[in-house]
Amino acid sequence: MSATGIGAAVRRKEDIRFVTGRGQYTDDIARPGETRAVFVRSPHARARIRQVDVSAAKNMPGVVDVLTGRQLAADKIGNLICGWMIHSKDGSPMKMAPHPALAAETVNFVGDPVAVVIAETVAQARDAAERVKVDYEVLPAVVDPAKARSGPQIHAVAPGNTIYEWALGDSKAVDAAFAAARHVTRLDIINNRLIPNAIEPRAALAEYDAGTDRLTLWNTSQNPHVARLVISAFVGLAPEHKLRVIAPDVGGGFGSKIFIYPEEVVCLWAARKLRRPVKWTAERSESFLADAHGRDHVTHAELALDAHGKILALRVKTIANLGAYMSTFSSSVPTYLYATLMSGQYDIPHIYCEVDAVYTNTVPVDAYRGAGRPEATFVVERLVEVAAREMGIDPAELRERNFIKSFPHQTPVIMTYDAGDYHASLKKAMELADVKGFNKRKRESARRGKLRGLGYSTYIEACGIAPSRAVGSLGCGVGLWESAEVRVNPTGTVEVLTGTHAHGQGHETTFAQLVSERLGIPIENVSVVHGDTDKVQFGMGTYGSRSAAVGMSALVKAIDKVIDKAKKVAAHMLEASEGDIEFKDGKFTVAGTDKSAAWGEVALNAYIAHKFAGQDLEPGLKETAFYDPTNFTFPAGCHICEVEVDAETGKTEIVNWTAVDDFGTVVNPMIVEGQVHGGIAQGVGQALLEGAVYDNNGQLVTGSLMDYTMPRAYDLPSFKVGLTETKSPSNPLGIKGCGEAGAIAAPAAVINAITDAIGSEDVSMPATAATVWAALQRVQPARRAAA
Amino acid sequence: MYDFAFHRPTTVRQAAGLLARNPEAKLLAGGHSLLPVMKQRLASPSALIDLSLVEGLAGVEQKGRSIVIGAMTRHADVANSRVLQEVMPGLAMVPASIGDPQVRNRGTIGGSLANNDPNADYPAAVLGLGATIITNKRRIAADDFFTGLFSTALEEGEIITKVSFPIAKKAAYEKFKHPASGFALVGVFVSKRGSEIRVAVTGAGANGVFRVKSFEDALKKRFAAKSLEGMSIPATGLNSDIHGSAEYRAHLVGVLARRAVAKATA
Ligand SMILES: Cc1cc2nc3c(=O)[nH]c(=O)nc-3n(C[C@H](O)[C@H](O)[C@H](O)COP(=O)(O)OP(=O)(O)OC[C@H]3O[C@@H](n4cnc5c(N)ncnc54)[C@H](O)[C@@H]3O)c2cc1C
Repeated sequence: MSATGIGAAVRRKEDIRFVTGRGQYTDDIARPGETRAVFVRSPHARARIRQVDVSAAKNMPGVVDVLTGRQLAADKIGNLICGWMIHSKDGSPMKMAPHPALAAETVNFVGDPVAVVIAETVAQARDAAERVKVDYEVLPAVVDPAKARSGPQIHAVAPGNTIYEWALGDSKAVDAAFAAARHVTRLDIINNRLIPNAIEPRAALAEYDAGTDRLTLWNTSQNPHVARLVISAFVGLAPEHKLRVIAPDVGGGFGSKIFIYPEEVVCLWAARKLRRPVKWTAERSESFLADAHGRDHVTHAELALDAHGKILALRVKTIANLGAYMSTFSSSVPTYLYATLMSGQYDIPHIYCEVDAVYTNTVPVDAYRGAGRPEATFVVERLVEVAAREMGIDPAELRERNFIKSFPHQTPVIMTYDAGDYHASLKKAMELADVKGFNKRKRESARRGKLRGLGYSTYIEACGIAPSRAVGSLGCGVGLWESAEVRVNPTGTVEVLTGTHAHGQGHETTFAQLVSERLGIPIENVSVVHGDTDKVQFGMGTYGSRSAAVGMSALVKAIDKVIDKAKKVAAHMLEASEGDIEFKDGKFTVAGTDKSAAWGEVALNAYIAHKFAGQDLEPGLKETAFYDPTNFTFPAGCHICEVEVDAETGKTEIVNWTAVDDFGTVVNPMIVEGQVHGGIAQGVGQALLEGAVYDNNGQLVTGSLMDYTMPRAYDLPSFKVGLTETKSPSNPLGIKGCGEAGAIAAPAAVINAITDAIGSEDVSMPATAATVWAALQRVQPARRAAA
Repeated sequence: MYDFAFHRPTTVRQAAGLLARNPEAKLLAGGHSLLPVMKQRLASPSALIDLSLVEGLAGVEQKGRSIVIGAMTRHADVANSRVLQEVMPGLAMVPASIGDPQVRNRGTIGGSLANNDPNADYPAAVLGLGATIITNKRRIAADDFFTGLFSTALEEGEIITKVSFPIAKKAAYEKFKHPASGFALVGVFVSKRGSEIRVAVTGAGANGVFRVKSFEDALKKRFAAKSLEGMSIPATGLNSDIHGSAEYRAHLVGVLARRAVAKATA
């Protein structure tokens, strides 16, 4: 291992820029003549728009124009789309309702944009936005996914507000296994709705160049090429070659910045219409209302076991709330990113998972850190823990008895797990967590009047998203390969162009580590370029823990090509045959001689091309590669959470956290640890603190940080983090991915610990002090009666 | 935010004069309650009268058997006050529990009391110690000051200049933080000064801060946590929202009162 190569805890190169305030985010970019947009949003969850009167607003100082949904429709701007087709059990396609970027006829959630005011300054735009008079006919709304079927029909295309009724697995085999089971564990689960809250709010800046008839969009995107594709091919604003999308520094995404949103479409449309750059930056309260939320499942799940605690079958029925419109990838999250992970780390012969997706009058729901996999893990890990308790088997032991032990393993829900060692991570985590000493600690807590509990989560996820052929067969509208280009400059420094996009992950460091190691050059001599469709030819962006597993695999291929070409150049320089050239530590040598050429000399020679004639070798040193993975990757591990519950107040304190993860090859352990920490924080947030609440009228009760609880440093303990390693066989580096693991593992670990502490399974998320106290009140009379 | 005029008087008199001439004006202290609602466009004063240049409004002093705190004294300065740590650390617990360092470095006692947020911390201390609010016009007893949600006995044009707290031998504050905002979901301040015993509760009441007579009576027999064993208050009239039912808040009042007394007698 070199000091800056794979496996080295290299300090993040990008951090100097970020911590000294020199990052360039969308809102930092200023274009000459720029105007500011403010959206007029629906205050009602559901209403018909009778009329929009913009006359008063247009006369306000500084106003350039006020545009409405009807104008957008008149200009034939296309709808936003969901790019993953899901078919119902009966074979019918999902019911995708039209989603205009500005509502013209009806509004369907509080925050649905109706009009946009474009003015010289934000303050002027805001003043004018208050003068836009929208005449609404308020209609009844439905917000609870469990009641969506019987609620007022939101879209003409979707009777019963049902988008699809989908299923995966063999229901007959599952029924038979349940009939033969010795024990059945049943749980009703609500996977709470979450609001992402990336620290940088969404923003868009659009500019039209009449000279070239080209549009440029700067936006807060995790995948600018996909944004360009959708905006071109579906919304129809401009063909791809006439649209440049730049996602500059982006301050966190967690999934919420994957999607193509109305605001960026409107800014592009307005910029061309008005011939002025148009910028919009969300306020935090707008982010609450209008960013895609996450999770929001209502589930009934059942686990069948034999007398020895061997799992026989799993049956799951979920209602997934997709909100008022189908967001870009929303259909895939509760289906192929959810049901396919229901086997967990276990050898489960039969699984049947039904998912009904519904519309409600709430902001769209789409992928959020983990996307489907946290929901699946929560179902499986809660069931397993509860089954163990009900059967009087130690929860770790029950898991051991059911672990998959040989690979490859075909689950009954599509996935083929290719590598893993679940016993190893459980064992190591139990040691690090000192599970042996738990009972002693529990007694000590009891002496202080505290209830102590311990919970496991042996999670699995499918990352490295994704083999194109596989996702294509499941309905995905795009392939999920990745591209990389390596440009060697004449002096030997290197630019890497990647189709992935970093918004906190540290690609500028990790991708450079790979180049530094493979080419034997200093890491300072490598820079990473991403997020600009004019520079990077194409790429699928960053989500689903894919950038290292897929993006760096493409980079490996491109580096290999560069080395091959450089060897040819070196052969000419050293007057040797190509087969005799060896490349190591940044030096080309001729086997069996002392002749050598340094990396920089070869790079220079590739460009000056004095040493070779044009026919057999082209000048230059630049290679591109596309990489399509052969399988998903399967990061897995064991998290153990230990809590103390204050029986008097119901407040939970997390006193110990142990995470042992198998991410395959680790490129930068410091960055990986940071990803684990952040993921756990988000998972703990879901388990203890966060929950989006709409009232029955569809008003967002948790519309600000005064009511929506984000995790803070004081909510978290110091984490004990460990690794085990089985390499992924499906990519050249053996990487599995680490970005979502914490958020996937954590919720079940926390709830398993709390329920262990209080002796009741009746705890929903977020398990706030008030919730846990109420659960304690429900168990205590029962206990007293039993005593 | 809408446009407003900005005034920076240097005396209380000037400030009062400006208020009298601008009925739509608002005093500006730390700005940590007022500015957020202005930014959300929920308040639109025609003018702000900034008190930060007014002399003599800040400081914590012992005057005989009282602690006198100037209206413009920042939460951090009260929390860290040497005299207060010496003579009545229980009172210092209150500003120390407010918000985060930024809020504590800006927010003031006068602003907090004038605002009377039902979840604010200071009202519990003021009522729980039987303090006196001193304005440019009069002295108002704590028991008469807090009149309901975000409302006080302050009249138009009245400016809080200081607050006088009698020094209690035993005093403590116990706060259960609202998980999101960090304000008091419930906060209980207890004090014992000679035979005067006070228990004041913030956060729980639908009408803001209130005293708990039954607890005070129980503590009169013996000022000890044990005296409150098993006690709580009726849930009727308490706040109920997504962060806690009225029953939960009622229960917390009992728990926190016991813990506060235990702290005060430790
Ligand atoms: C993020 C955050 C967290 C917070 N957390 C807490 C918390 O945990 N607990 C808590 O109690 N508070 C909390 N606060 C509120 C904080 O303590 C405020 O600073 C305080 O409530 C108001 O004081 P101020 O000096 O900022 O007043 P300002 O905002 O300047 O004014 C508030 C009101 O009082 C009036 N006013 C100000 N001074 C006087 C005066 N001398 N005489 C008459 N009227 C006056 C103003 O006109 C205005 O109407 C928090 C605030 C924020 C922003």
